Amino acid sequence: MSTATTAPVPAAAAQDSPTILSARGVTMRFGGLTAVNKVDMTVHEGEIVGLIGPNGAGKTTFFNCLTGLYKPTEGEVWLAGAELPPKPREVVVAGMARTFQNIRLFANMTALENVMVGRYCRTSSGPLTSILRGPKFRREEEATRARAQELLTFVGLGGKGEHLARNLPYGDQRRLEIARALATDPKVVLLDEPTAGMNPRETEECKDLIFKIRDNGMAVVVIEHDMKFIFNLCDRVLCLVRGELLVEGDPGTVQSDPRVVEAYIGGSELDDEEDEH
Amino acid sequence: MDLLQQLVNGLTLGSLYALIAVGYTVVYGIVQLINFAHGEVFMIGAFGGLTTYLALFQGTTAWWTLPIMLVGAVAASVLTAVVMERVAYRPLRSAPRLAPLITAIGISVFLQELVRLFYGKIPGLPDAKSRLPFPRIDGVTGPAFSIGGLDFQRPALFTMGSLAVCAAFLWWFINRTKQGRAMQAVSQDPDTARLMGIDVDRIIVTAFALGAALAAIAGVAQGLQNNNIDFRMGFMAGLKAFTAAVLGGIGNVAGAVVGGLTLGVVEALASQLGPTAWKDVWAFGLLILVLVFRPQGIMGARVVDRA
Repeated sequence: MSTATTAPVPAAAAQDSPTILSARGVTMRFGGLTAVNKVDMTVHEGEIVGLIGPNGAGKTTFFNCLTGLYKPTEGEVWLAGAELPPKPREVVVAGMARTFQNIRLFANMTALENVMVGRYCRTSSGPLTSILRGPKFRREEEATRARAQELLTFVGLGGKGEHLARNLPYGDQRRLEIARALATDPKVVLLDEPTAGMNPRETEECKDLIFKIRDNGMAVVVIEHDMKFIFNLCDRVLCLVRGELLVEGDPGTVQSDPRVVEAYIGGSELDDEEDEH
Repeated sequence: MDLLQQLVNGLTLGSLYALIAVGYTVVYGIVQLINFAHGEVFMIGAFGGLTTYLALFQGTTAWWTLPIMLVGAVAASVLTAVVMERVAYRPLRSAPRLAPLITAIGISVFLQELVRLFYGKIPGLPDAKSRLPFPRIDGVTGPAFSIGGLDFQRPALFTMGSLAVCAAFLWWFINRTKQGRAMQAVSQDPDTARLMGIDVDRIIVTAFALGAALAAIAGVAQGLQNNNIDFRMGFMAGLKAFTAAVLGGIGNVAGAVVGGLTLGVVEALASQLGPTAWKDVWAFGLLILVLVFRPQGIMGARVVDRA
């Protein structure tokens, strides 16, 4: 991976570019529990947006609403000028990809195959084409393999394509998930705690990787607990508390906002794992 | 020598079981459903082959009719399986697991009766209430080969050859095509697969179709071996193939092949060493032993990965 650190694009510049993703009044209730309450979020092209908040604030639930895993009780989500389709598969086709807080790789497939699975929705040969091994099938298979290898190299796993996903070290698994998400040619990438369980060096590499993704023209939304990481990375930060949007602004503003400080100190940052599923 | 001959017979029988067992295992690996109507898909394959022959080639025995019969058989089975999945199983995808199981038994009875009552009603086709003779084809029926004192029946060679070709094809399909990779992904984690843009419904249909195609080939092979077919042929064959799938490790494609061959050999050896009527006792006895002592099967129950 390249070690040249790219500086964040000045927040103002990114915010001038067109909107790629916007959530309006997204609300998610489970029975009597309101997990996400009227959250608005706008992401511009080429922007890195951070989503922070204490455990149980509804960050992952919000992500699930954005990816079609949950159908929001109220509110709507627009991606690239169209309302989000209802099925997760269609959301991916529309250009949104994600990673998971608890890694969800296809454990018994190789790293390369995991990334190739991500290409599924961007290739068009059907089962019959595959069985008959037409020239189109061969061309597509080759292109898929080449693109997957390229993405592995992009995230720094170039030499590990043949390893089974479950045998990779933790940090590599996180990066593999990112490569698999990128394989779907997304316009927006949602990263759910990409540095969880990483050591400081890996965290630093992860930051560079996210800049690289942004430099390739994608918008990135990141959930993180590591404040230093978020404030060095993002153009804009949103802080959720108890399902509601508490503060939104550039890293400096959010960092020094007394309500954010209070939410964290008064909150329950002690337990590391949050489970919002 | 008798033992070796029984081994050959056993491998023949086992190849047939293996071809059918793959259908149980592939579907189970993807949707965790035991499709008990799969034996009937096999039966319909045999009837599809026969129908193709009667419609197009009645009277000839030329070898080239066989590939076309196989195409007809595969088409009939695949259509049956795909419609079955769409009409009967898909609406029950999120129902308790007992519901699709009972449905499967219902479909099984339905398909048997459908063939029994209505096959003969189609103009030009014989009544299927009793056994129907299966056509004889040059090259794959006729005198057995004798090699070193062992008899190799021609249909038996066809069956074993089919298994070899199908197993190789299946390995290639699962590991080297995008649909195969998607099948592995769905069987390991359907929700994540969906979130990665895979059309899970389509993959499930593909799995049903794949199993049905192999069962259809087995149906034709069985017809050639026994010289006749009947609407009940799917019941015992399906049960045995299910046993084979569990024996090898349900969900594991390689296991289905190993389990099928093992079961065939055990049955054949059992008829050599004891009364033939007891062969089913040995077969299902083996199933019970495996379920008690190695419930994951010989190769380990798995999803359809690393086939």
